[in-house]
Amino acid sequence: MKLMRCPLNGERNISEFVCGGEVKAMPDPDKASDADWGRYLFFEDNPDGEIVEWWLHAPSSYWFIARRDTRTEAVLETMTVQEWRERQGTVGSGQAQGQSADSQAHGAQGTNG
Amino acid sequence: MPLSLLRYGLLGRRDSDAYFPPEPEFRTKAEVVIIGAGGHGCAAAYYLAKEHGVRDIMVLDKGYLGGGNTARNTTIIRSNYLTPEGVAFYKESVDLFRDLDRELGINLMYSERGHLTLAHTDAAMRTSRWRAEVNKHMGVDSELVYPDEIAKLCPQLNLSDGVRYPILGALYHPPGAIARHDAVAWGYAREATRLGVRFHQMTQAEGLLVEGGRVKGVVTGRGTIHCGKVLQAVAGSSSIVAKMAGLKLPIRTIPLQACVTEPVKPILDPIIVSGSLHAYISQSARGEFVMGGSTDPYPLYASRSTLDFKEGLMMHMLELFPFLAEMRLLRQWAGIADMTPDFSPVMGLTPVENYYIDAGWGTWGFKATPVSGKRMAECVATDRQPDLLAPFALDRFERFAPVGEKGAASVGH
Repeated sequence: MKLMRCPLNGERNISEFVCGGEVKAMPDPDKASDADWGRYLFFEDNPDGEIVEWWLHAPSSYWFIARRDTRTEAVLETMTVQEWRERQGTVGSGQAQGQSADSQAHGAQGTNG
Repeated sequence: MPLSLLRYGLLGRRDSDAYFPPEPEFRTKAEVVIIGAGGHGCAAAYYLAKEHGVRDIMVLDKGYLGGGNTARNTTIIRSNYLTPEGVAFYKESVDLFRDLDRELGINLMYSERGHLTLAHTDAAMRTSRWRAEVNKHMGVDSELVYPDEIAKLCPQLNLSDGVRYPILGALYHPPGAIARHDAVAWGYAREATRLGVRFHQMTQAEGLLVEGGRVKGVVTGRGTIHCGKVLQAVAGSSSIVAKMAGLKLPIRTIPLQACVTEPVKPILDPIIVSGSLHAYISQSARGEFVMGGSTDPYPLYASRSTLDFKEGLMMHMLELFPFLAEMRLLRQWAGIADMTPDFSPVMGLTPVENYYIDAGWGTWGFKATPVSGKRMAECVATDRQPDLLAPFALDRFERFAPVGEKGAASVGH
C-alpha cells in the first residue's frame, strides 16, 4: 500500500488522495490574452523527475502541496499551502520561480491553506 | 504456391533472408530524422518513402524497434468515436488496417470480432446513442443494442440485474478488431527498409539543434545528424523530447496498466468494454484474455504495476464474467501514456520550423498507427497541416478548440 502524508490527517493510503495537477503561476486574468490563458490551463511542464503539485485529501476536502519524483514514484515531501508560500523561492524545484505566492495559491480549486 | 512449397521441402535448403537487413552504417546527414521507431514512426517512414519519394530517412530509437507502447497496448482497433473529427480520422485508420496485410506482406492476424461498449447508466446510454448517430452519419457501422441482442452477441456476459451495475444496453460496433501489434511495426519497418530508410536502434536523441526557430539537426550519443526535417513520435517521452525543441505540450505522462491470463480455448469472441466499470477485455488468437482498465491516478514515468489496479479491475471484471474467477493471471505490465486534456492526439506542425510532432497518443495510439503514419508523412513532405489533422493541431488549446473524446477514447472517466 502506497502512503502519503496529509498535513492535516497524517499518513493515509494514497487512494484517498486526488492529484490536482502542477503548481503553476496564474497569469493576470484581466490582462492575459486567450492564448496565454489556454497555455496556463492546458500546458504542462510534465517533468521526468521532481514535480510540485496540488493534492486533495478527498474525504476531508483538504488541499495541500506535495513534492514528488515522477521517475521513482517517491513522495518527497508534503506541506500546507501556507508552508509552501513561506518557502517559495527557497525550494529548488525550478517551478514557477519569480511568481508571487498569492498568484500561486489562487490557482487551486478552493485552497484551504 | 503448393509447388514452390513442395520444392522448398524437397530441396533441403532452409536458408531465408533475415527479416531485417543488418543495421546500416551510421551517417551524420539525412533529409528527415524520425525520433521513435514505434508503430507510428515506422509507418511515417514507410509512407514518406513510398508516397512522397523521400527516402533519405533515419529512424532513431533509444530502445528496440516497436519495443515501447507498440508492444504494450491491448491491440484494439475501432472507429466508433464521438466527434465527427475523431470518427473521420479513426475511420481512415480502420480502412487502412483492413488492407494492411496485403500492403506490407505480413500476417497481422487482423481479426474483426465486433466491439461492445457496455452502458450501465442512463448517461452512458445517452452517450452510446449519440456515438451511434455520429458514427452512422460518418459512414461507420455502429448501433445501440439492448440486453436481448447483447445476449445473442455475447452469451458469456452476465446480464443479470442482480449486480451492482446492471447492463442497460451497449454501443455495438461490428468492425471492432484486434491484431498482432508487433507485426504492424515490423511490417512497416521492413517495407521502409526496402525503400532505403535507415533504422538505428539503441540510439537516443539527446538534443536538437535549433537555429533561428528552425530545426537543423539531432544530437545523439553516436554523433550529431544534420538534417532538414525532424519528426518526433515518442509516445510516453513526448514532453521530454519536445522540451529539447523548446516546446511545452498539453500532456501529462501517466502509466496505463494491463494484464493477460493464461491461454485457454476460444470462448469469448467480441471485444467487451465498459466505461463505467473502467474495464475492457478480449481473447487473443493465442487464447489469453487481455484485460485493461483506466490510467493510473497520477502522473508518473515508471512502468511499475500496482495491486490497486488489479483489485479494481478484477472486482468489475468478475461481475461481467464470473467464470473468470477460475483463471490465473499470466503477465502484467504498464505503458507510459501521454494524456491530453481532451483525449485526442496532438499532431502536425509546431512553432519550430521543420519540426513536426506526433504525440498525445495516451491510451488510443495503436489503432491510429496507419493513419498517423500516412498523414504525418504528408505533413512532413508538404510542410502543411493535412485537412484530416487540422482539428488535432497543437495550437487548438490556445484557441479553446478541443476535440473532446473523453467519452469514447478511454475507460477512465
